[in-house]
Amino acid sequence: MTTVRISDDALALACGADAVAAAFTAAGATVERVSSWGMHWLEPLVEVGGIGWGPVGPGDVQAILDGGLDAKCIGPVAAHPFIMRQQRFTFARAGKTRPLNLDDYAATGGWDGLRKAREIGPEAIVETVTASGLRGRGGAGFPAGIKWKTVAGAAGGEKYIVCNADEGDSGTFADRMVMEGDPFMLIEGMAIAAEAVGAQRGYVYIRSEYPHAIAKMQAAIAASAEIVAPFELEVRVGAGAYVCGEETSLLNSLEGKRGEVRAKPPLPAIEGLFGKPTVVNNVLTLAAVPWILANGADGYAEVGFGRSRGTMPIQIAGNVKHGGLFEVGFGITLGELVNDIGGGTASGRPVRAVQVGGPLGAYHPPSDFHLPFDYEAFAAADGLIGHAGIVVFDDTVDMAAQARFAMEFCAAESCGKCTPCRLGAVRGMEVIDRIRSGAGRQLETIERMPQMHNMPKQGRDPAEEIALLTDLCETMKFGSLCALGGFTPYPVMSALKHWPEDFGAT
Amino acid sequence: MERLEDIIAAHAGREGPLLPILHDVQAAFGHISEEAIRAIASALNLSRAEVHGVVSFYHDFATDADPRPQVKLCRAEACQARGVDALVAALDESVRAQLGTVYCLGLCSAGPSALVGDTVHARLDPTTLSELVEQTK
Repeated sequence: MTTVRISDDALALACGADAVAAAFTAAGATVERVSSWGMHWLEPLVEVGGIGWGPVGPGDVQAILDGGLDAKCIGPVAAHPFIMRQQRFTFARAGKTRPLNLDDYAATGGWDGLRKAREIGPEAIVETVTASGLRGRGGAGFPAGIKWKTVAGAAGGEKYIVCNADEGDSGTFADRMVMEGDPFMLIEGMAIAAEAVGAQRGYVYIRSEYPHAIAKMQAAIAASAEIVAPFELEVRVGAGAYVCGEETSLLNSLEGKRGEVRAKPPLPAIEGLFGKPTVVNNVLTLAAVPWILANGADGYAEVGFGRSRGTMPIQIAGNVKHGGLFEVGFGITLGELVNDIGGGTASGRPVRAVQVGGPLGAYHPPSDFHLPFDYEAFAAADGLIGHAGIVVFDDTVDMAAQARFAMEFCAAESCGKCTPCRLGAVRGMEVIDRIRSGAGRQLETIERMPQMHNMPKQGRDPAEEIALLTDLCETMKFGSLCALGGFTPYPVMSALKHWPEDFGAT
Repeated sequence: MERLEDIIAAHAGREGPLLPILHDVQAAFGHISEEAIRAIASALNLSRAEVHGVVSFYHDFATDADPRPQVKLCRAEACQARGVDALVAALDESVRAQLGTVYCLGLCSAGPSALVGDTVHARLDPTTLSELVEQTK
């Protein structure tokens, strides 16, 4: 009987994978549900004997079983150019294994890292992670080994491992794909972290917008409980608040409070969840750890660019022909990602802007396409790589509208704790609205009350409004408590800098 | 009322039980009523203001009941780049169901996308989105 492999990743499901799987079953084939290769434009991707077809609809099923449908055939999936150009460490199993199958996991090197960690002990684990050069993949890029060392050395009996799986950035889905496609790898990474710092309990904080990731992680935790024991893991579900992706907000949310940002210090490594020393790492950071322990720090450190070591799972999204998950060593240029690998826009129109690093990342024009994908290089170009999502826009985009959206998003999602973010975002929307209307601030439209001693005495023309917006962004950047208010100026100021014509300024 | 007490009892022994309780109450009753807030506050030894503060902070929780099933449409940047705003503009004429917004479903390379209950839908166009809203009503 023919065995057909189809992904049960949320993106494949959203594109109709279940209906395709049902059609194959009805036609007498055996269907195996596997993780996604990450070639999203081909989902639902169907694989028979290593040969792939995509995107497949229920009507294509018989033709595939008959060995036909050449128009949608992509040949051997593992040899596809999109896959061949990658260096897959974290996503080595993507497309190849059944996500919740412990035998598949063990047969592909699963638990080797944890075994090694238990052999060498806490100090050597921290040394290995430090030597690998692994930096936090959530956006801030803080060295993971140093964080672990702080927690390991912190006083107090009880310690926690918290996995930040609140992947709220638009254009990012690598965390979701790890949790849905290779959940045991994340569990193994957390168990290794627990060995390193002496933690007994861990939490995976997953956003409620990811119901499939939640279900997979819960099932995987139950299936692997004996293997990682005495370490205990639990899934906690967020409740729709973007700011809970910030580590201190996340801890407050886990404790059952409003997800308000905490001032640092104290660092979560010293006083984290319930006041106890806590490792808070992103999914991709923890998921990189099993490979490092199993294969050694050097193998990881020798890949990469400058101070950014190892690989980065880059997420190519938005208006792009070949969107998906592309894992590669740091240093690939933005232009290669957008044009060569992404294939340009899906609409076929010219690329106008690329937002890198989520809703708080800068918009880059094609003149930035020479930039190597690396924390420092993007910082030097007034941008950030964040969680490595890139969102492509064609030439129909209104960049002043995108800047306005950034402020609106910040206003809607601000936790309210600090003034620059809470008020600045609202004022930012108002200023951009006045700039876009081209009228500036007119005195006659301002409510004038004679008794007000501080009533406005001057209007502002649009050029002065732009100066005000710039000043406001500076205040938000340097005065906000966390990245939400602090980084919202990146999309706003980059839009203003590179596309002044959209703001009526030249 | 019994169900409410069951929910609270099921989570009371956990660390940080408030969010799991609120999720279950929201799922069971469709909203979190004043009565529920009172009962939860009393059980967890919190003030009603503290519980209300948490309920109102998170987008997932509602204090008013709305029995209509919701289509949560992603309107974040990646779906904007793929034309979600034009879809909404086309839909506004006829839409009668509850159309909510969500910021990012992680389907950013196949947008515009939407979440209905626990099912996800991608590559929406005006026709498929209309069908989705119609089916959900």
